[in-house]
Amino acid sequence: MKLLSRLFSLLVISGMLLPFAAARSLAGEVRIAVASNFSVPAREIARAFETATGNKVTASFGSTGKIYAQIVQAAPFDIFLSADQERPQLLEQQGLAVSDSRFTYALGRLALYAGGTDVKGPGLLVADRSDRIAIANPELAPYGRAAVEALAKLFPDEDFGSRLVQGENISQTLQFVETGNARLGLVAYSQVISQAAAQYWLVPEGLHSPIAQDAVLLKSADANPVARAFMDFLRGSEAENIIRRYGYSAHVRGGS
Amino acid sequence: MGTAELASILWLTLKLALVTTLCLLVVGTPIAWWLARTRSRFRDVVASVAALPLILPPTVLGFYLLIALGPSGPGGWLAGLSGGRTLAFTFEGLVIGSVVYSLPFVVQPIRNAFEAFGERPLEVAATLGASPWNAFFTVALPLARPGFLTAAILGFAHTIGEFGVVLMIGGNIPGETRVISVAIYDLVESGDWGTAHLLSAGLVLFSFTVIMVMLRLGSARGEG
Repeated sequence: MKLLSRLFSLLVISGMLLPFAAARSLAGEVRIAVASNFSVPAREIARAFETATGNKVTASFGSTGKIYAQIVQAAPFDIFLSADQERPQLLEQQGLAVSDSRFTYALGRLALYAGGTDVKGPGLLVADRSDRIAIANPELAPYGRAAVEALAKLFPDEDFGSRLVQGENISQTLQFVETGNARLGLVAYSQVISQAAAQYWLVPEGLHSPIAQDAVLLKSADANPVARAFMDFLRGSEAENIIRRYGYSAHVRGGS
Repeated sequence: MGTAELASILWLTLKLALVTTLCLLVVGTPIAWWLARTRSRFRDVVASVAALPLILPPTVLGFYLLIALGPSGPGGWLAGLSGGRTLAFTFEGLVIGSVVYSLPFVVQPIRNAFEAFGERPLEVAATLGASPWNAFFTVALPLARPGFLTAAILGFAHTIGEFGVVLMIGGNIPGETRVISVAIYDLVESGDWGTAHLLSAGLVLFSFTVIMVMLRLGSARGEG
């Protein structure tokens, strides 16, 4: 029992010290929560920002829906790079985001991918009806919703039903295709852009509502100069080059 | 989420737990028997392997299962027999994953039960002319009944509460792989907290009942 109570008091003491430790590490740091589709460019932008300013960027990744739910529950993030406009808008309305900080940092594209074999066009989606098609969860991830819209536009009479398997976010969707468990996947263009062009089919923009991805500064980071600097950096030309290189259009910059 | 969808999620979860528990008893009993009786120097190795899912995070199991069930693993070969490509995203795949995941919860209680009654009853049965198989079914199994009950309850309950493995190999297909834990996860993240509360409270009640029943069983046998 003595050992237990000693352990307990140790826990209590370290718990009391924790806020101080956290406060100290805050200096020169920004914590960003990033929708999965943007994880690779976000890492690159973070590195560029770190090099340019000497500040530290800590990035977390997940589906837009998950990150949103976490922010509502006071998750310790400074900036949210969403895959949609809806959640950042909601955060604004709920007073959890700094008003007027929101802007569209990227316009995403959807791609049909078959894990390394050639993809000639959308016909592959109905070529073999035993093939599973991986999409992101349409409830949680804008890329999933766009995928459902595109499928309905491409083949209005086709019932994809149980052929669709849902990744919890777009990274897991790609993983289903890359492990071969799903033969086809509707993933983010940015995820497959490094593959040979014959290995994916870029879904035309008109087949789904635009995937406008908004960034927003969270209320808790209002006074964090590093967070504001990162928002500015994200609008800048260096970040824009990176964003374009990953297949996003960045032409709606400066608010929506 | 409508009532029909809720009912389908509950039914699927129950079906998965029932089928998994049956498979677990079939797979776990010979392993437990061997572990309880053998003097092999590999006993502890096998026991450790069978206990691994206790410690391994579901992500590790899920990752290996995703590969093993897929086109380049044994699961893909099995699926190929019926014209499929993978066992991931199927009910059968979930059963395989759940059996692996809950194996220690079934092997351990049965092994303990087999060890508890020692060699003596089996020796007596043998002197009375019972074949080893006969002795196993008429003496060992009835004597180990409390162990089987504990194993079945634990295996069933643990499968109901399974999440990480299902999330990694399930693909969230309604009626096929969308079980209650994954449904709750989706509900919380899509903001439908009302339904999430309903299902979560149901699971709390269920888990409490299971533990109570286990404790009662234990104290009825004078172990608790």
